[in-house]
Amino acid sequence: MSDFFQDDEVIGKAYDARLMKRLLKYVKPYRGYIVLAIILNILTAALEPVRPYLTKIAVDEYISIGDSSGLLQIIALILISLVLQAIIEYAMRFATQYMGQRTLLDLRIEIFTHLQKLSLKFFDKSPVGRLVTRVTNDVESLSELFSSGIVMIFSDIFIIIWIFVFMILMSFDLAIVTMSVIPVLVYATFLFRKKVRANYRDVRKHLARLNSYMQEHISGMSVVQLFNKEKVEFEKFKSINEDYRDANIKSVFYHAIFYPFVELISAIAVALIIWYGGGEVVQKNLSLGVLFAFIQYTEMFFRPVRDLAEKYNILQTGMASSERIFKLLDTKMFVNNPENPEPLKEIKGKIEFRNVWFAYNDEDYVLKDISFTINPGETVAIVGATGAGKSSIINVLLRFYDINKGEILIDDINISKVDKRELRKQIALVLQDVILFSGDIKSNISLWNEIIPFEKILEAAKIVGADKFINELPKKYDEEVKERGATLSLGQKQLISFARALAYNPKILILDEATASIDTESEKLIQKAISKLLKGRTSIVIAHRLSTIQNSDKIIVLHKGRIREMGKHYELLEKKGIYYRLYQLQYKDQEINT
Amino acid sequence: MKSLLTLKKYFTRYKTTIFLGFVFIFLSNITSVFVPLFIRDGIDELRRQISKPALLKYAFLIVGVTLISGVFRFLIRQTIIVTSRKIEFDLRNDFWSHLQKLSLRYFQNTKTGDIMAHASNDINAVRNFIGPAVMYSFDTLTLFIFTLVLMFSIDVQLSLLSLIPFPILSIFVYYFGKKIHFLFTKIQEHFSILTARAQENLNGIRIIKAYVREESEINHFKKLSYDYFKKNLSKIKIDSLFHPTLFLTIGSSMIIIMWFGGLKVINNKLTLGELTAFILYMGYLIWPAIAFGWITNLTQQAAASQKRLNAIFAIEPEIKDTSLTNYEIKNIIGEIEFKNVSFRYRKNLPFVLKNINLKIPAGSTYAIIGHTGCGKTTLVNLIVRFYDVTEGELLIDGNDIKTIPLKLLREEISVVPQETFLFSDTLKNNIAYGLNNFESEEFIDEKVNEAIKIAHLTPDIESFPDGINTIIGERGITLSGGQKQRTSIARAVAKDGKILILDDCLSAVDTNTEEIILSNLKNFMAGKTSIIISHRISTIKDADQIIVLDNGMIAEQGTHEELIELNGIYTRIYQKQLLEKELEEI
Ligand SMILES: Nc1ncnc2c1ncn2[C@@H]1O[C@H](COP(=O)(O)OP(=O)(O)OP(=O)(O)O)[C@@H](O)[C@H]1O
Ligand SMILES: Nc1ncnc2c1ncn2[C@@H]1O[C@H](COP(=O)(O)OP(=O)(O)OP(=O)(O)O)[C@@H](O)[C@H]1O
Ligand SMILES: [Mg+2]
Repeated sequence: MSDFFQDDEVIGKAYDARLMKRLLKYVKPYRGYIVLAIILNILTAALEPVRPYLTKIAVDEYISIGDSSGLLQIIALILISLVLQAIIEYAMRFATQYMGQRTLLDLRIEIFTHLQKLSLKFFDKSPVGRLVTRVTNDVESLSELFSSGIVMIFSDIFIIIWIFVFMILMSFDLAIVTMSVIPVLVYATFLFRKKVRANYRDVRKHLARLNSYMQEHISGMSVVQLFNKEKVEFEKFKSINEDYRDANIKSVFYHAIFYPFVELISAIAVALIIWYGGGEVVQKNLSLGVLFAFIQYTEMFFRPVRDLAEKYNILQTGMASSERIFKLLDTKMFVNNPENPEPLKEIKGKIEFRNVWFAYNDEDYVLKDISFTINPGETVAIVGATGAGKSSIINVLLRFYDINKGEILIDDINISKVDKRELRKQIALVLQDVILFSGDIKSNISLWNEIIPFEKILEAAKIVGADKFINELPKKYDEEVKERGATLSLGQKQLISFARALAYNPKILILDEATASIDTESEKLIQKAISKLLKGRTSIVIAHRLSTIQNSDKIIVLHKGRIREMGKHYELLEKKGIYYRLYQLQYKDQEINT
Repeated sequence: MKSLLTLKKYFTRYKTTIFLGFVFIFLSNITSVFVPLFIRDGIDELRRQISKPALLKYAFLIVGVTLISGVFRFLIRQTIIVTSRKIEFDLRNDFWSHLQKLSLRYFQNTKTGDIMAHASNDINAVRNFIGPAVMYSFDTLTLFIFTLVLMFSIDVQLSLLSLIPFPILSIFVYYFGKKIHFLFTKIQEHFSILTARAQENLNGIRIIKAYVREESEINHFKKLSYDYFKKNLSKIKIDSLFHPTLFLTIGSSMIIIMWFGGLKVINNKLTLGELTAFILYMGYLIWPAIAFGWITNLTQQAAASQKRLNAIFAIEPEIKDTSLTNYEIKNIIGEIEFKNVSFRYRKNLPFVLKNINLKIPAGSTYAIIGHTGCGKTTLVNLIVRFYDVTEGELLIDGNDIKTIPLKLLREEISVVPQETFLFSDTLKNNIAYGLNNFESEEFIDEKVNEAIKIAHLTPDIESFPDGINTIIGERGITLSGGQKQRTSIARAVAKDGKILILDDCLSAVDTNTEEIILSNLKNFMAGKTSIIISHRISTIKDADQIIVLDNGMIAEQGTHEELIELNGIYTRIYQKQLLEKELEEI
């Protein structure tokens, strides 16, 4: 259903100049470190191949003629080069990793900030698990790209270049002979890369499936158990797990072939040195020391190549992750703020809808030509069958979604002309689906807002009557709330989210079936308690129980996205329309029994 | 370390393959250690002016031996590493199957993210032990021994000298590894905090936006990220030290060989070829030395992870079939009886249900009403055995609920939970969830269509472009509140158990629709034992018996009429729900 859903399965190239360029932009503030790292890199890369060269000198010029003091000098040089390399490497590793982590910090915050700005339309389509992955794991895999990827690959390349230089300096012929294996190596690596890449895509795909399966089914485990589906679900899990295993085993196969193969080529290079170089030594065209150095160079040369397979993975993961991250950052599904928002300070609370049309998808209009006015201080109820579009009215009023046609005005200002945060600050909303966060009771009411004093929290809890059950909890307002409030009853959760709305002391209060799961007595008490509070405030109430709304200043009857009736309770009854029928239905019951 | 013993059963499952793997390691190493010897001979014979064909012989020997050893290398990975993937598979299956058995309590009190972390990070750590750690420990051991033997055979003194830095190296790797592991654990912990934070934020994004908390959320996240950065930084400091120190130690070994070996060559006690071989063998030893420390760390990490996994495996499913279970019970008729039942969620918490005595005859419809938090859902949770009673007895058809096979019990109970959970799948698959897969396509379609009718979803489905095949978002996010609830009703109806439990499942549905559903259900419920929980009198008034639950006790019981007469809690609720009688005024 969503394009983000397949993202984990798409694997791009291991090196993509466009992505790299964009990544480097994040590195820019820390470019000093990069420059430093590269300079140090060139230095260390040179230091390593120097050593076999020094050993060559040791063999040819000192050991073979028995000059032990000369040997000592060379050894001192080797030692110096070692220590120097160690120091430089430390500095280099620190600089690159520091730079990497700094960059990741910036990037992580940028992604999170970006997510906070995206519209709900986006969230409707994106599984939360995947989005979390963007902020966490995807950024994390970039860390490897920074710490062991980019710079290490640079350093490998430099080392290889230096090795070439030294080899050619020592013996051009032997260098060419030794390097004659390189085309085979390059071709093998190319083949391997191709295979591994396709396979790697599989591994990632199955892993993503495995994770999202587990995530969803852990959340819904009670349903699995209620419906006795453990066996079936286990089989499903097993088959996903199986795919993942097989993809991994396949990758083991490629590695199992590649590594020994590289080993073999390196052995061939050594064999060539012995055979060709040995012949040259016999003919006195070459010194033994050169042979000696060449054998060491082969070792040195093949190590980076052997590592390449692993580094290739890192590079590929990094590229794939950054591709997904950038795609998210490029998603501009915003509800836009105007450039010069009109101020919205002390509002009175007038709300007006003018011919509003709205659809979640394309042209499937959920709200059709909605027009109504709510005067400051009024309480307006919205009733209608399920799916009629009641919650949608609220969604567009809060600018969670942008409307397709028409205008919505608050205090006669078009809401698309004001800062949406200013708009939302005027409104407190109790959602139909209760959302609690793990933490404690009091922070669930205040939402960690320091401006709201504890007294205000207490007061709000008291008004909705939540204080009764909260005070019975062992730690009262500090009692731990589990993920999604799992250990509270649904009614209790609703009370908390109701208290939250009151604690924010809004100009406009919106209740979307805020008391649907609360018993009638508590509901009545709440109504009484907030009626005082609501004096002078505008409120919109969505409810199915007519008894809770019949005293509203205005009742809007919504049917299939259109306003069919509007007016006061008795006016609507006189109309003998939809509302009348609803009323009769609910009234009929009491008729029979009284 | 002991925790890893749990893995024994997995190892035994693949013991032949693993044994073969060890044999291959042995063979591969015993062949590859000959390469430096050939090089030595080649170089030494050079001084004796040998012929080109002789050189060619050495060249071929080198390639040939590497080829043989390479074939074994290939086989090692194909046996040991592949086995590790298989064991990982088994382990993950066992983990999941165990998880599925755990009871509601566990899931209510554990964060999803934490369980996920066990399933991915911990299992991964254990896999690293099974595969690389086991493989390399045997690999390095054999290589180490063979190499040492050959080195000593060339020159005992030089061997001893060159080995001096090695113990230091291993200790160093071990120590560093430990330190890094410590920091790494800290980082991981922080990482899961970061993950949990992001997850909860995104789950609650509607509220965050409605209350304009984005700024504060961002600031909070910034702080967490910065702390995470700081923790990483302290690891980097150590980390960067690791590699340079490592090769410095190795380098000092090289220097020892060059110096003492060089002197020996000068004094003709060693040939140049032997020196080369020594240097090459040194290269062979470096890896085992590093690997030794590395393996220790891998093993340690795996042990810690396995310990965490074992802790989960050790959690006895609270609810399961026991020795009490009577498998003779083959069907359920539907009589439910509470005998003096009391219940509390935890020891130090107050009782939620107190002394409940209630008999629900098979085939009857009972309703429960009562204040928020009075224990209605809890009561239902006892019937489906999400929890067991603390005191008293709960009987189904006269049998203690604990004696009824769990599978049978849940098969025969259809529940509409108070909080709707839908899977991100098509509407159809969600509704058909309770049906057995082996049923025929037609049967499933028929059941689903019937359920859709009863739950009055038809008009909604008609309005969806993809109809019944509409894929719904996570947890049903793209449906309206009432649509979600009705899908959940349809799912329970399609399952068609002997006992039907509706927990406040019409709260988000308008009166008209409610009326339709209730009348549809009336036929459906004939012959079934039903329990309906609701706050609305209109939903429950026709029940055979209505229970008023107050503060965990049954306060009133009777038919609608009887309870109205009683003039108690029920009457009060009833009056509050009365509409003003304006109808007559018109
Ligand atoms: N995020 C969404 N994406 C796509 N369609 C949606 C989304 N939310 C709601 N809808 C659809 O829009 C229509 C109106 O939904 P809305 O939530 O406004 O109904 P409602 O009147 O509040 O119903 P209820 O009383 O059941 O809560 C429904 O058909 C629903 O399926
Ligand atoms: N898992 C749990 N752990 C601890 N306490 C719990 C747990 N679940 C529920 N409770 C507490 O037990 C009491 C009864 O909860 P229950 O869900 O049965 O209420 P309810 O009658 O269904 O309420 P509502 O009408 O709001 O749905 C409440 O005080 C609740 O906070
Ligand atoms: Mg409940």
